[in-house]
Amino acid sequence: MSAATPHAAVERAETPLTPESWGKLGMWIFLAGDAVGFGTLLASYGGMRATSADWPNPYAVLGINLTAAMTFLLICSSVTMVKALEWLGRGDRAKAKMFLFFTALGGAIFVGCQAYEWTHLIERGLHINGNPWGAALFGTSFFIVTGFHGLHVTGGVIYLLAMIGVVSRRPDPAASYNAVEIAGLYWHFVDLVWIMVFTFMYLL
Amino acid sequence: MAAEHKHPNYMAIFYLLAVLTVGEIAVVFLPHYIGISKFAVGVFLCAFAIVKAALVAMYFMHLKFEARTLGLIALTPLTIATLLVFVILPDASFVDHKTANVKPAAEEPAKH
Repeated sequence: MSAATPHAAVERAETPLTPESWGKLGMWIFLAGDAVGFGTLLASYGGMRATSADWPNPYAVLGINLTAAMTFLLICSSVTMVKALEWLGRGDRAKAKMFLFFTALGGAIFVGCQAYEWTHLIERGLHINGNPWGAALFGTSFFIVTGFHGLHVTGGVIYLLAMIGVVSRRPDPAASYNAVEIAGLYWHFVDLVWIMVFTFMYLL
Repeated sequence: MAAEHKHPNYMAIFYLLAVLTVGEIAVVFLPHYIGISKFAVGVFLCAFAIVKAALVAMYFMHLKFEARTLGLIALTPLTIATLLVFVILPDASFVDHKTANVKPAAEEPAKH
């Protein structure tokens, strides 16, 4: 115990950046690192595209009807995420869990649409190292960037479902508020990244 | 704990994001109807994306209500990505490397 006590004292000291919890600061630092990954992918995508003269027209090849709907779906899931946290703050665990489930469901539908989109595009000839429309790097960057983002959504769905478990196991709503808020940060980040991916890879 | 937070109007942010998304898609199709350059469309789209991302970060992720240093941590990746663009882009001026300048050269003799 004597060894554990000073350690516990260290854990309790608050960070000036996020006085509520260390976990929140940890998530922000993770997200900043993750954003460097996405930023590098998107910046190098821009570089490859700018130096290529036979880059296919993205919205003609990829189509934006389905992806526009998927974008809207992710924005909606961000709203259900803030609603989940709002209900937890008011002490209603059942409503919080329901909105967490809606958020996870939105993410699952998003990944499903992406799987459908990928299958469709692969059947039409878009591959990671070549395609019928022009620069091979078009397919390379498309699959790497949307794939990296899709993995984040998949991870987020698992994370959110785990949070439903956390809220269920803790009778006091205030005990899981911080954990759900941190999960929300991750989920909104995934939404934010998609806003960028949708604009740069589909619309531009 | 929740009561201490200043709650932004989440639904207003949602409607704003939805309207901006519709605006983005509309801008893509503008060149078909009015004389607007592809460059101008690109500038519009980048501006829309940055505004949307900022709305999500500031209000959904509560960055507006956090310590300023946390905002600086969040801005670092954007700075690095922007710098990377400027590191890569000079290569675009080496037009000889462009495949387009190779292809027409190969096709031209056949046309003349």
